[in-house]
Formats: sequence, C-alpha cells, structure tokens
Amino acid sequence: MAETNSLLMMELDRMNTATEISNSKVRIEDLHKTYLVKGGRTVALQDVNLTIGKDEFIALLGPSGCGKSTLLRIISALIKPSSGKVLISDEQILAPSRDIGIVFQQAVLLPWRNILDNVLLPAEILRLDMKKARERAYQLLKMVGLEGFEKRSPNELSGGMQQRAAICRALVHNPSMLLMDEPFAALDAMTREELGFELLRIWDIEKKTIIFVTHNIPEAILLADRVVAMSPRPGRISEIIEIDLPRPRTQGMEFTPEFKAYSDFIRDKIGH
Amino acid sequence: MSQNTAAKTAPASKGEDEVLITGPRVRDAIPPVLTFVGLLILWEASCRYFEIPRWLLPSPADIYQAFRESGHELWGHSLITLYETLVGFALSIAVALPLAVIIVWSPILRRTVYPVLLALQSVPKVAVAPLLALWIGFGTLSKVLVVFLICFFPIVVGATTGLASVQPAVMDLIRSLSATQMQTFIKIRFPTAMPHIFVGLKIAITLAVIGAVIGEFVGSEEGLGYIILVSSSQARTPLAFAALVLLTVMSVILYYIVEFVEKILVPWAPRN
Repeated sequence: MAETNSLLMMELDRMNTATEISNSKVRIEDLHKTYLVKGGRTVALQDVNLTIGKDEFIALLGPSGCGKSTLLRIISALIKPSSGKVLISDEQILAPSRDIGIVFQQAVLLPWRNILDNVLLPAEILRLDMKKARERAYQLLKMVGLEGFEKRSPNELSGGMQQRAAICRALVHNPSMLLMDEPFAALDAMTREELGFELLRIWDIEKKTIIFVTHNIPEAILLADRVVAMSPRPGRISEIIEIDLPRPRTQGMEFTPEFKAYSDFIRDKIGH
Repeated sequence: MSQNTAAKTAPASKGEDEVLITGPRVRDAIPPVLTFVGLLILWEASCRYFEIPRWLLPSPADIYQAFRESGHELWGHSLITLYETLVGFALSIAVALPLAVIIVWSPILRRTVYPVLLALQSVPKVAVAPLLALWIGFGTLSKVLVVFLICFFPIVVGATTGLASVQPAVMDLIRSLSATQMQTFIKIRFPTAMPHIFVGLKIAITLAVIGAVIGEFVGSEEGLGYIILVSSSQARTPLAFAALVLLTVMSVILYYIVEFVEKILVPWAPRN
C-alpha cells in the first residue's frame, strides 16, 4: 500500500513537472558568458537562471554593462553561451529560430525598400507565402497607425514611426516571441511613452512572450509582468520583481504610491 | 535618424516639389557659366593683345578654327579613344565586382587577396603602360588594358568596402532569420554596396579616359592621345588643344552618364 502510494506520488510529481515545463516558454539554466579581452577575460554573465512563462512580458532592467543585451543575444542564438543552456518551448536552441522577432534600438529599416517591403523582409527570407504575408503586413501597419504610409520611403518617416514599422517587421512572420533591445531608447520621452502603450496594446491583440531590455526603471515597471533586475561586473540577476499593477496599464499609474514603491525598491536593488 | 521630419504632412504633388528643386538649380548654374565665358574672353583678348604666337598658346578662336579644319579626323580619333575607354571600363567592372563578392564572401580570401590588392593599388599604373606595350604590342588591347588597370582598383575597393559595410544590427536581424549567404548578398549586401560601388565607378570613369590617353602616348597611330602627341611635336598646337577639349568633354559626359545611371539605380543614395 505504502509502495503504491509513493509510486502515485512520484507519478503526480512527474505530471506536475510536465505541466510546469509546458507552461514555460523560455528556460535559462546556469548561463555563463565570458569574453576574452586584452589582458584577461570579462565575465559578461554569471550564473543566470530564469524561467519565462508563455505570453509573459519580461523587462530586463539594468545599467549598461550588466549583460542584459548579451543575454538577449544568447536567447536569440546570435551568440553562444560559454556554458549553460537556453530552452525555448522545451527545446535547446542552437541556431537562430524563426519563431523569434527582434527589435533593436535603431529601427534599421533598409533605405531602398518602402515601408511595406521592409516589413515583408522576414517573410521573404523565410520564404513564406507572400500573398498572405502582404495581407498580414498591411494589417500590422494599420494596427500601429501607419496605414497610408506603406509605399513611403523610411527616411520620410519620423523616428517613432520608423520604430513602429520595425515592430511590424518583427511580427510579420508571426513569431511567438518578441525580443526587444532598448527599442525606445533612441526616441524622445513623449514618443517613448506613446510607443510603450502602443506595444501593450499590440501585446493585448497578438499574444506574445516579450523580453524587453531597458535601462529605464519607470518604463520597465509600466510595461512588464516581471522586472528582472540585473547588476554589472559580473552581469547577473540581482532580483526578480513581480509587478502587480492592474492591466490595462495607464499613464496615471506612474504617480500612484504602489508605482513609487516598486520604483524605490528596484532602484535600491540595482544600486542606483 | 530623422526624428522630427514632418512625416505627417500631406503628400505634396510631385510637380510642386520639382519646381522648388529646379528653381534654385538654374540660378546656381549662372555664376559658373558666366565665369567660364569670362575666362574664354580674357584668354582670347590676352592672346591678341600680347600677340602670343599660335604654336605657343592658341586662342579660343584658333582652336575653333582647328575644329573646323580637322573636325572629321578628330571625330574618328575620338571614337577610337572612346572605344578603348569604354571597353577597358566595362572589363574592369566585369572583373572587379565578382572579385569583391569573392573577397567579402570568403574570410580566407579577404585575409590573403585583399591586402595584396591594396598594396598593388599603389603601383603607378602609368609606369606599367610601356611594359604592357612590350608584352602585348601596340594594338587596341594594350590601351584597353591600361584603362582596365587604372579603373580596376577604385571599383574593387569601393565594392569591397560597400559589400562589407552592412550595419551590425542589420546583420543581426537577418542572421536571426537564418538567412543564407545568397539571400544576404542579394537582399542586403548588394543594395548596401551600391552607393559605394558608384563612388568607385565615378572615380574610375574619369581615370579611364586618362588611361586610354596614356596607352596612346606609349605607342599608337590613332586616338586623341596620338593626335596630341603628333600635333604638338609638329607645332600644330591648336589641333592639340582641340583634342584636349574633346578629351575633357568626353570625360565630363561619361561622368554624368555614370551619375545618371546612379540616380536611376540608387535613388536612395545620400546626395548633397
């Protein structure tokens, strides 16, 4: 009797683990990254462990040099970790996956393509059905308020509009994950805030797992489900903070005591 | 990039834009044209006033006279020089562009071939012309090869620089989509390189005419270089000047043709 019980327990345990696995989108295990530099090596990432849920909005927050961009590049398989591994949907990633969309600090739109063709670039490279892709591109551009600008050249658009187009490009092949490397850092404060809420609106329509790198504390709190605070030398996770503010997030939340409490707590943790 | 461009303005009709652009352009052209005409008048006047002998420095009127007397002959020689220039230029494009692709494609060749090319670039091509004549004789081919040698380096350097000048973020973007080498070249590297290639082509085309003339100087019985050499040794200086004028005009026209092709193929290139 005792034996069957323990077997049952084991079975239950196994099932639990299984459900836990299927609920997580990204698992980062014992990740280390060292760079060889002149006169030795720099530890860019040390002992990073993180599990990110499906459709979760994660902000990687920290000062420059804390390895947050390195972590993002490892997740997107652009660079290899020195040790440890990254699993996406329970599979270890070794080469870049088409299930990822990336947005950089600069929009990096190609000047010889109009906005529509820029958005379609991933679809072309991945050899998707272009008719469907074009439909989706139009729909995405409409969603971010760029309807009517499809045939315009990128340099005719403002920085904020270019970045909106870059977000559409990251979404056109319908990846389940969006990796954003300080996407709004080059924009002025007002455009930055506007695009933040825009992103939340998009995330509401198109459920994605988002990893959003930033060094802006209010931005991280306002957008994310969880803020992963990182600290430099060596780059490591210093604290993971669950942001329990209701959704949809609004501009006014920035002035609530809860928001300020989060902000103070995080500032304290990353030693700012 | 251009954060504050008024991108939301209604699309202005093209005609209006062009009026705005051409208006100042015509006005900009007036001062240099007037200066040029003034210099011609000054030249003519000083030749007459100081009674400078025709064989020493012919006046514009003397040069015009030489055109009237030997127009037909000059035309034939111009075509020969033009032919040598164009064939040599085309040949250098046909060799330089594939070589640039190979250099950028293969890291090994980049490290082995490219430094050698850069070193060879400093060999004075003018000094090689007599050797070429020695090796392959005084036919058209030796002139074509001088043109080829002189055009080759600016094009290969421009193309190699251009193909390798893709922004790191753009490379990350297409690597994250697992683009093939072929896709990278066709969709990204070539368009990126186009403005650089045209910088090389514009330098090359002005040098090309010089190359043909040098080839003709070394040993030839036809072409504008031959005319200059012969007529100046016979003190028929107005004819030498007429040939010089034709060479200049040819050079300028070829340059503008290349620039015109650039405007069509590379409308996104930065211009001042």
